[in-house]
Amino acid sequence: MRGRDTEQKEGTVIERKRRGGKGGEDEHQEQEKEKMSYRPGMRKERRAGEREQRIIKNQKEERGTRRSREKLKNEIRKSTREPESLSPEELEKLKEAVDERKKLIQGLRGKPWSMKKKLVTLRESQEFVEKYEGALGKGKGRKLYAYKVMMAKKWMKFQRDFENFKTACIPWEMKIKEIESHFGSSVASYFIFLRWMYGINMILFGLTFGLVMVPEALMGRPYGSIPRKTVPRAEEASAMDFAVLWDFGGYAQYSVLFYGYYNNQRAIGWLKFRMPLSYFLVGVGTVAYSYMVVIRTMARNANESGVGDDNSFNFSWKTFTSWDYLIGNPETADNKFASITTSFKEAILEEQESRKDDNIHLTRFLRVLANFLVLCCLAGSGYLIYFVVRRSQKFALDGLDTHTWWERNEVNMVMSLLGMFCPMLFDVISALENYHPRVALQWQLGRIFALFLGNLYTFIIALMDEINLKREEEKIVKFNITTWEASLYNSTVSENSTGPPITIQPADVPRGPCWETMVGQEFVRLIISDTMTTYITLLIGDFLRAVLVRFLNYCWCWDLEAGFPSYSEFDVSGNVLGLIFNQGMIWMGAFYAPCLPALNVLRLHVSMYLQCWAVMCCNVPQERVFKASGSNNFYMAMLLVILFLSTLPAIYTIVTIPPSFDCGPFSGKKRMFDVIQETLESDFPAWFSKVFSSASNPGLVLPFILLMVLAIYYLQSTSKSYKEANVELKKKLQTQNEENKKKNKRAALKAQMDLEEARKAASQTAEQQKNNNASLQDQEGETELCIKMKQDVFNHGMKRNIQCKQKTK
Amino acid sequence: MGNKQTIFTDEQLDAYQDCTFFTRKEILRLHGRYHELAPHLVPMDYTNDPDCKLPLALIVNMPELKENPFRNRIVESFSEDGMGNLSFNEFVDMFSVLSETASRELKAIYAFKIYDFNVDNYLCKEDLEKTLNRLTKEELTPEEVELVCQKSIEEADLDGDNKLSFADFENMITRAPDFLSTFHIRI
Repeated sequence: MRGRDTEQKEGTVIERKRRGGKGGEDEHQEQEKEKMSYRPGMRKERRAGEREQRIIKNQKEERGTRRSREKLKNEIRKSTREPESLSPEELEKLKEAVDERKKLIQGLRGKPWSMKKKLVTLRESQEFVEKYEGALGKGKGRKLYAYKVMMAKKWMKFQRDFENFKTACIPWEMKIKEIESHFGSSVASYFIFLRWMYGINMILFGLTFGLVMVPEALMGRPYGSIPRKTVPRAEEASAMDFAVLWDFGGYAQYSVLFYGYYNNQRAIGWLKFRMPLSYFLVGVGTVAYSYMVVIRTMARNANESGVGDDNSFNFSWKTFTSWDYLIGNPETADNKFASITTSFKEAILEEQESRKDDNIHLTRFLRVLANFLVLCCLAGSGYLIYFVVRRSQKFALDGLDTHTWWERNEVNMVMSLLGMFCPMLFDVISALENYHPRVALQWQLGRIFALFLGNLYTFIIALMDEINLKREEEKIVKFNITTWEASLYNSTVSENSTGPPITIQPADVPRGPCWETMVGQEFVRLIISDTMTTYITLLIGDFLRAVLVRFLNYCWCWDLEAGFPSYSEFDVSGNVLGLIFNQGMIWMGAFYAPCLPALNVLRLHVSMYLQCWAVMCCNVPQERVFKASGSNNFYMAMLLVILFLSTLPAIYTIVTIPPSFDCGPFSGKKRMFDVIQETLESDFPAWFSKVFSSASNPGLVLPFILLMVLAIYYLQSTSKSYKEANVELKKKLQTQNEENKKKNKRAALKAQMDLEEARKAASQTAEQQKNNNASLQDQEGETELCIKMKQDVFNHGMKRNIQCKQKTK
Repeated sequence: MGNKQTIFTDEQLDAYQDCTFFTRKEILRLHGRYHELAPHLVPMDYTNDPDCKLPLALIVNMPELKENPFRNRIVESFSEDGMGNLSFNEFVDMFSVLSETASRELKAIYAFKIYDFNVDNYLCKEDLEKTLNRLTKEELTPEEVELVCQKSIEEADLDGDNKLSFADFENMITRAPDFLSTFHIRI
């Protein structure tokens, strides 16, 4: 009753606003109107039923568009006078209207209107803007304004074409769609991550290939001209063997693929390309680019996803967000239905009964035992790697030919095998722990992460030992070279004092051990063996297993498909971790082996096709889907940690270890970063280097660092206060919610009582009339009435009492 | 730009690009999909804006929608007459809202429309019960259904009227971490 009045009033208010408003504000009113239609009101429509409601809505929309068109015509009529005769305020208003229209056009795709309305609004706004933009430019600065407008239009068109081009370039869209429809969004998220990594590696490849490998290959000195670019005489015989090439020795080692090939000539070719500077800057640039991309993606994800892990909307989220709209396959859909049902039943069970802690001590003991076993595993694997690396150093000293293939590639094989079998071991151990699947998944991921990290760092420590060995060797070689040169000159001078200079074949010059190339080679070999292990595991673990289950099922005692081996599920988290660590190794080794990004691009390309095929062919959809965490940033955070940890060793070696004396673009310098100093001094004007040297003054750097620390502290405390404010608001919302519920209950109760009273009063008056007709019972009737009324008042009072009691509750 | 196509004029394509989250190539591909649903009904030449609507039964058979328990509601929410007959404009609109790049607020608005089975602008208990039954293929007992609906309304209802208005729904769904990734159809 009261509602209808207000709604009518609201209706008229809107109408009035409509009639009175200007053209530019019309769209705002439309928006308001749309919002209004969601509020309680418009009871007329509810009664009219679905279809009529739609018709009415359509009529309203048409009226709305018609009205806006009228408004437009009115405005055009109003301002058909010469633009110069417009007063400055009107000009200002016109400008505002044009700007608003432009903003509307920009935001049109996000509006919840029907397509027809959007198209009509778009056309009208565009006509309006075109007509009046020109007019606004009249007067002073007209040419500049018109130019600006034209440039803005061209820029928008360029942006749109670029967007179109970018989306056309995105590969594998249909493949991912097929996987999504068969396996749901969680499995597909791995492939989307793979594709994103592929994009990053393409950019890294472009940088290293275009700025490092190609200039040296085209403009640097050719193969064989200087000692560092030639295969030494001793190795020449075997330089073309496939085994040697597969190991990245021979011709592969003395090529642009590795650090040692590059000449330290300051500027090469007719372009005067600064090779050493470019090498250094590309190395720094790859790391900087990677940081930028990862942090930008994390920021974007943090903006999009909701506020962290909240448990306050458990059932609502299960109801409204559990169905995966990407599913297009009947089997997957059945699976999904089953999993949703199970999830609901579990949630209901949790809600109804409290968790029974049957034996807390036993569980705790088992968990401690499990963690102890895992630590033993990790320590064991770390020691194994260290042992194997030392053994391989011994083998290298003995000469590689005297050992079998296994002994030569021991390190890489051991690392890859550990990476394959230890996670399975962790899985088995975690059965002791009896955690909720999501928590168990987090523990598993943490353990695998620790395993990979431990292995990688043990590998690096062993590598550092080798580097030191090589540097010792280098000293000896340097000493030998001086004696060798002296002996050469002595022998010639004794013949002829003014003889021609000796020409020695570059292949014969004694060579220092190039530790940088050695490091690059180790990383390349590691990546290759890792790739091979992954593919072989895939073929054996998934494909062979699927073939066996499928074909042996006909002649086996129990059902292989439903029972023990059955088809494997796609392990999303394990694969994502593998990808992240692979990328970490690339980041670590890219400085010493410029071919690594190219290798990785090839690897990811092949991986994509192979894994897509394997998933569609050998895997079944997962029964229960558990994400490791609510936010999408979990894997991004891991990637960031790995990026940081893998650039540390590279930075350490660049800053502390002096480069080899006879190989690479920094040979002859004391430290690799000296190239920057050199460039600043010789290529830039004098004041530049002065500015830089004063900028690196500790007196400036320390206050700057202090300032950054203060800024971080301040931002941290503001973010904490925002979180607290958030919690307070949530609490307030909750209490408001409860109060509203109580108020509504009270109102309902009161309405009920009023209704009862009215009914009673009506029946009383009917009785009274009946009693009045019977004169004999007049008096009795009156007294009866009095009694009844008194009873009523008494009852009413009692009810009011109860009400008050409820209120205070 | 590039190849000549005669399905749409350039202005039409630009207008579609302004009004949806699709690029030019995707709009042409969508037209191809729309056409292959009913090759005899849908004209290849859309330059003069033909008035052609496809019935609900054809659209709901698309592979992207076939397994979705809410397919009828989805198509009905985007159709002008409420019966599920989609013109090409509405077809494009539907997939634009369900695409990856659509904003969260826009998706929340349409999600509300989809789950509102009796179209009264509220998610009342019957709407929730229908949603739940479709999600679990009626495997839950009536008491369990009752409990879940009760709990959902309790959790999300802010103004205490025992049903979810749009504001309640939006407040609840924008915090959901899975919403954007599940309310997405790739075409």
